[in-house]
Amino acid sequence: MKIIKLAWSYLRIGIANELQYRVNFFIQLLQSFIALGTGLIGLWLVFTQTTQLGGWSQPELLAVMGIYMVMGGVIQSAIQPNMQRLMDEIQDGSLDFALTKPVDGQILVSIREFRFWQLTDVVVGLVVLVIAVVQLQEKIGVWQALAFMVALLLGGIMIYSFWLMLTTTAFWLIRIWELVNLFQGLYAAGRWPVTIYPQWLRLGLTFIVPVAFAVTVPAEALTNRLTPLTLLGAFGLAILLMLLARFVWRLGVRSYSGASA
Amino acid sequence: MKRYIDFYLTSMKIAILEQIQYRAQNYFYLVGVVVEPTIYLVVWSTIANQQGGSVGGYTAGGLAAYYIVWTLVRQMNVVFTPYGWENRIQHGRLSMELMRPMHPIHTDVSYFAGWKMVMIVFWFPLAAILTLIFKPTLNPTWLQIIVFFIAIWGAYLVRTMIFAVLGLITLWTTRVSAIFELSFALEMVLSGRFVPMTLMPAWVQHIAYYLPFQWTFYFPINALVGQPTPNQLFTGLGMQLFWILIGLGLVNLIWHFGIRRFSSVGN
Repeated sequence: MKIIKLAWSYLRIGIANELQYRVNFFIQLLQSFIALGTGLIGLWLVFTQTTQLGGWSQPELLAVMGIYMVMGGVIQSAIQPNMQRLMDEIQDGSLDFALTKPVDGQILVSIREFRFWQLTDVVVGLVVLVIAVVQLQEKIGVWQALAFMVALLLGGIMIYSFWLMLTTTAFWLIRIWELVNLFQGLYAAGRWPVTIYPQWLRLGLTFIVPVAFAVTVPAEALTNRLTPLTLLGAFGLAILLMLLARFVWRLGVRSYSGASA
Repeated sequence: MKRYIDFYLTSMKIAILEQIQYRAQNYFYLVGVVVEPTIYLVVWSTIANQQGGSVGGYTAGGLAAYYIVWTLVRQMNVVFTPYGWENRIQHGRLSMELMRPMHPIHTDVSYFAGWKMVMIVFWFPLAAILTLIFKPTLNPTWLQIIVFFIAIWGAYLVRTMIFAVLGLITLWTTRVSAIFELSFALEMVLSGRFVPMTLMPAWVQHIAYYLPFQWTFYFPINALVGQPTPNQLFTGLGMQLFWILIGLGLVNLIWHFGIRRFSSVGN
C-alpha cells in the first residue's frame, strides 16, 4: 500500500515536471509522427515487392508495428528514464540517497522517473493498432483480447527485468552509456515478427533480449496465432526473469561502494 | 599548409589514443550499429528468397554484401552531429574553438578522422562474423575498389557539411531538434540506409539523385557491391565533389553572418 502511494506521488511529480514544458509536447508528437512515417515507409516498401512476409499479411504487420510503438512508448516513458538515472547515480555515488530510504531499493529506483510526453508514442501506436485491427476484419473475442492484454503485460515485465539486469552491470562496469543505444538497436528488431529471423537470432531475441515476448507474442494473440503453451511459457519466463533480476540487483548492491567510501 | 597538416595529424592521434582506452564501450556501440542493418538484411533476403532469389536486382548474397559494407560506410559517415553544434553554441563552448587560429570545422574533421581509424580496426572482427553468417557475394573490379576508398572519404566530407549547416542554424534559434529529427528521417529514406535505392520506386530514386544524401551512403556501397559502369563511378565522385563545394560555400556563408549573433556564456 505504501509503495503504491509512493509510486503515485512520483508519477504526479513526473507529470507536473513535464507539464512545465508544453512546447516539448509538440516536439514529441512530431517525433512520434516521424517514427510512424519511417515505419510506414518501411512497410510500404516491403509490400511494393511482395504480398506477405514470412506468412504475415500487411494488416498483421501493421498490428505488429502498432504494438512495437506502444511498448516502445512505455519503455521510453516509464522504464528507460529510471534506468538511465540509476546508471548515473551508480557512477557518481549518489545512489546512497536512494538506498538509505526506508523502502525496498529496487522498487524505489524503478519508479522515480516518468516522462509524460513520451506517451505520445503510446497514443500514436494505439491508433495504428486500432486501424490494423479494423483492416484485419476478424472478430476479436473476449479471450483473444484478454490474452493480448496478458501477453502485453508479461512482455512489459520481461523488458523491465532485462533492462534492470543490464543496468545493474554498472555496479561492476561503471561506465555503460552505450548500453542505451545497444538496447534501442536490439529493440528495433521487434518492428518485425521474430519468426522471420534466422534461428540463432530468433532464440536470442526470445530468451536473451525478450523482444519476442514484448511485441511478437501480443501480436500473435491478436492474429489467432497464439497457442496456450506460448502464453504459459511467457508467464514462466516473466517470473524467472523477475527473480533473476532481483538476484542480480541484490548481488550488485552488495558490491556498491558508495560515494564516500 | 604545414600547420594544417600538423594540426590534423596531432588531432587524429589524440582521437585514436582516446578511443583505444574505451574498448568495451566502443564494442557495445559497434554491436548496436550492426543490429540495424542485420534487421534490414533479414527482411529483404526473406523477400528475395520468397520471390525466387532476387529483389530489385539484388540476390540474398548481394544484399548481404550491401548491408555488411553498409556497416563500414556507417562508421565513415559518423560526423560531428548537429546536436553537438547545438550544445557548443548554447553552452558557449564555441568560444574555445573561436580562440584557435583556424575554422572550428577543422577540429571536427580531424578528430573524427582519427576516431574512424580505431573504429575500422574494431570493425574487422564483426565484419568477419557477419561474413561467416550471411555469406555475401562480392567480386569488385580494381577500379571499383579504388573508387570505393575515395568515395567513403568523400561521403564523410559531404555529411560533415550537411550537418554543420544544420547545426549552425542554432545560431539563430534554440529549438532545433525538430529540424534535426526531420532531416535524419529524410536521410534515412533517401540515402540508401534503409534499402538499396534500386528497391525504391523510380520517382523516389529520381528525387534522391538530386539531393546530397544518397552520395554519402548508397553511392559508396554500390560502388563496391553493385555493377556500376566506370562512367557512373566517376559521375558519383563528381557529385560528391559538387556537394562538398556547395556545403563548404554554405558553411562559410552561414558562418559569416551567424557568428556575429554568437554571444558566449560565462567566461
